[in-house]
Order: sequence, then structure tokens, then C-alpha cells
Amino acid sequence: MSQPNPVLRRLPLRWLGVAPFFAFAFLFLILPALYIVVGAFRAPDGSLTFDNVLGLNTRTIRNAYWVSIRVSFWSAILGCSIGFAMAAAVVFGGLPKAVRSPLLTFSGVASNFAGVPLAFAFIATIGPAGLITLWLRTEFGINLRAYGFNLFSSTGLIVTYLFFQVPLMILIITPALDGLKREWREAAEVLGATGPQYWRMVALPILFPSLLGTFALLFANSFGAVATAFALAGPQLNIAPILLFSQIRGDVLGSPGLGYALAFGMIVITGAANAIYIWLRARSERWLK
Amino acid sequence: MRTLAWAAFILGSMVFILPLFGMTEFSLSMRRGVYSLDAYASVLADPQFRATFMYSVVMALFTIAFGVLLVVPTAYWVRLRMPELRPVIEFITLLPLVIPAIVIVFGYIRLYNTSSFLPLTGSTTGTNILLMFGYATLALPYMYRAVDTGLRTIDVATLTEAAQSLGAGWGTILGRIILPNVLVAVLSGAFLTFAIVLGEFTMAALLNRPAFGPYLQIVGANKAYEPAALAVIAFGLTWACMALIQLVTRFQKHTRVAR
Repeated sequence: MSQPNPVLRRLPLRWLGVAPFFAFAFLFLILPALYIVVGAFRAPDGSLTFDNVLGLNTRTIRNAYWVSIRVSFWSAILGCSIGFAMAAAVVFGGLPKAVRSPLLTFSGVASNFAGVPLAFAFIATIGPAGLITLWLRTEFGINLRAYGFNLFSSTGLIVTYLFFQVPLMILIITPALDGLKREWREAAEVLGATGPQYWRMVALPILFPSLLGTFALLFANSFGAVATAFALAGPQLNIAPILLFSQIRGDVLGSPGLGYALAFGMIVITGAANAIYIWLRARSERWLK
Repeated sequence: MRTLAWAAFILGSMVFILPLFGMTEFSLSMRRGVYSLDAYASVLADPQFRATFMYSVVMALFTIAFGVLLVVPTAYWVRLRMPELRPVIEFITLLPLVIPAIVIVFGYIRLYNTSSFLPLTGSTTGTNILLMFGYATLALPYMYRAVDTGLRTIDVATLTEAAQSLGAGWGTILGRIILPNVLVAVLSGAFLTFAIVLGEFTMAALLNRPAFGPYLQIVGANKAYEPAALAVIAFGLTWACMALIQLVTRFQKHTRVAR
């Protein structure tokens, strides 16, 4: 009896174990995304064209992207700052140990509490008839509307997104802050550095990749969010994901090619932000082991 | 320094506390002047609530089952035989965090419509299956990470060899050796999947399925106090899922200490 060639036999069988995963990932993750990307560069007759992508350059779509980018930018900046302040307070600020673990647990919950219910929580709080809105008006005579605050606008969106941006920042940056070694601070002090000097010349340069990377992640996180914005302001709010949502539901843009291009633009932006995050995280792990 | 830390901590906490307080207070004030549970009663009495909630729960259970069947064998096999594939698989499992869900579902609608090679959107069952695949995709980063971390704590190669020398086949090894050993990790992935599926809006809305997420949106657009009550319920469910994750993880630590 001749033995089958072991190399020939083992190779395909070995791959059989991961075949279902690759088949699934290809059919329901990679192929749909590829289809969108290819569709963005295809004319109705199937030929290659740049018209769809160039077609994005209309006032409505430019505005939608611009508002989306602004909302993502500010919610990421504010989320990073507040989250960093809270994480730093817990790690270095001398707060009791009992505060830390509840904060991290709560952050885990809050970063998963997004979507439609999050919008309801904010409408009930700072919406036109919300608890805080009414309280400020009756007790202090402050009319939020008169100060130009409207929950159903991009400002309101930024404030609402903070509810999941801040905890996400806390979850990611706390381990990085823990990684700052006590010895570095002591070494800096021995060499005569003041507190601010230590932060400016040692701690912040080490943390910089983590900070910038997390900023990129938060940016991508709010850029792709649809549900909260949709529940807050409905289909009329002009941001990129909602424009795409309306486009898929019924052809508001008038051209299917434009829908592909719109989605392609979103992949480019969130993809770039995530690439920055992954790259910077790899860099920061060198120091913060 | 400490005063500053307290100030940062308390001011930051306002971002969380005020909306939670606001929604709870609002959900209780349906009846004028007194606090009552009227909004909750109204929500729970709505047959639409029960129907959509049950739909999402069933979808979540199917998604978890499918996710476990897909992820556990793959992660196991990669650890055992194909460690060189790890970076590739890790990259793929991160993709759902990079590509927005709305883009993925847009691709589904165009790829699997009635005139395509796999006309899943042509029938209700097909669309349900497609939605389940979509949910499984969204949960993939969390599920894979959880299972992979679980596998790291056991000696996959030795367990496999021992089982094989006792005559076990692959099904027995996976179902009776590996799965029980990573059950805690699988459970924490499962609870996270449950939380994700229950609140998911975009995919269900665009595939026109009667899920909980789209129902929430419709209630939000038409009613005043009920949305706040629903938000409280949703927040409670998120808490429950996270608490269960904590619980099973702690449970695992205890068994390890006892050993």
C-alpha cells in the first residue's frame, strides 16, 4: 500500500479548520465592503468612472461631511480631555482606592450604552422639556435656548456623544497611566525637575502616542455612529451617516452611484483614523509594558 | 493636588450622572405632581414592545450560538496548528470596528438582493439569517478576543493530544474538552453580544426587521415619557449584561484558586 504524500495531504486539511471563518468573513464582511468600494468607481454600465466620487462635491454632501468631521473632532477632543482628567485624578490624584474600580466598571457599562436609548436619556435631561432645562429656567431664569443651545443640533450631538466617549477614554488611558513607572518620576526629581517639567519632558512624550491614538479611535467611533443621531434629530440632521441612511432607505440623492461614493468616503475616514490608532498603539506599547 | 483631582473627578462624573438622573426622573413623572410607574406600565403593556423585544432576544441567542460555533473552532485551530495566521485573523476580527455598520449593511442590501447569486433578502427567513450574520459580524471583535484570551489560559496542545490518545474525535475534543475549559470566556463574549444585539438599530432598520432598536426609535418619535422609561430599561439591561460578565470572570478566578 502506498502512503499518500504527507505534505500534500496535510496542507489542504490544515486549512479546512479555518475555512468556515474565512468563508464567513469574506462573504459578510470583506465582500460587502469591497462591493461598496468598487461601486464607488463604477458607472451604471459597469465601466470605470470617477464621476461618483466627484459627485460628492455638492453643497449638501460637503456640509454633511464637514458637520460630521466637526462633531467627531469636538466630541473626541472633549472626551479625551475629560476622560484623561478623570483617569489622572484616579491614578495620581490621591483619590481613595475605593473610587477606582467602580469608575472602571461604570465606564465599561457606559461605553456600551449607546444608540437610541442614549438619545432618550439626553432628551429627558437637556431637551426642550428636560429636567435640567426646566430647572435652570425656573430656579435661575436661564433659558438654554436663548444662549443658542439646542440638543437637536450638532452641539447637542457633541454633548450626547460624550456619554460614551469619556468612558471609552478612561478605559483605554488608565492602563497607559498605570504604565508610567514611579522610577521615571523619581529619576526626574533627583535630576532637579519640577512637577510641570516632569510632565512636559517625560510623561507627556511617553503618553503622546496613546493620547493621539485614543483620539483617533474616539473620532472614528463617533463618525460611524448613526442610531443616537437618528433618534435625537431624525433624518433631517445633515451628517454623513444619516445622509447615507436616508439614501439607502429611498433614493434622496437621485443616483445610486453617489450612495456608494458616500459610503466609500466614510470607510476612508474611519479607516484612516483607525489605522492611526493601531499604529500609535503599537508604538506606545514599547514603553508601557 | 488632591483638591484638583476631586474637582476633575466630580465634574467629570456629572457627564454620566446628570443624564441618568434626568432620564430616571423624567420616566417617573408621567402623572402630574407625583412620581409614578405609569410610563413603565404603558411600555410593558404595549404588545409591540413584547414582540420586538422577543424578536431581538431570539436573534441574540441565535447570534451567540452562531458566533460560538464560528469563533471557538477557529481560535482553537489557529492556536493549535496555524499560529502564523494569528495576525491575519486578528486583523479581520478588528475590521467591524473600522468599517461602520451602516456601510456593511449597505453592502448586504446591494449584494444579497433578490437578483443576486445569494438572494437572502428575498424571503423573511433569508433576511433574518442575513441580519444574524450582520450581528455576528458586529460582535466578532469582542467574541474573538474573549475566546482567544480564554484559550491562552489553557494548554491547548496537551489537552488535544491527551484526548486524541484516548480516541476522541474532533467533535468530542471541541465540544467536551475545549469548550468547557473556555466556557467563562465564551460566556463573557456572549453577554456582550447580547447587549450589542438588543440595542442595535441601523442593521435591523435598514433590513426592515421588527427588532427592538427600530421600535425604540419609533416610540421616541411619537411619545413623551415612555422613551425615558425605555432608556432606563435599556440601561438596566446593559448593567445586567456587564454584571454577569464580571460575575462569570470572578467565578473563574475562584475555581482557579481552589485548584
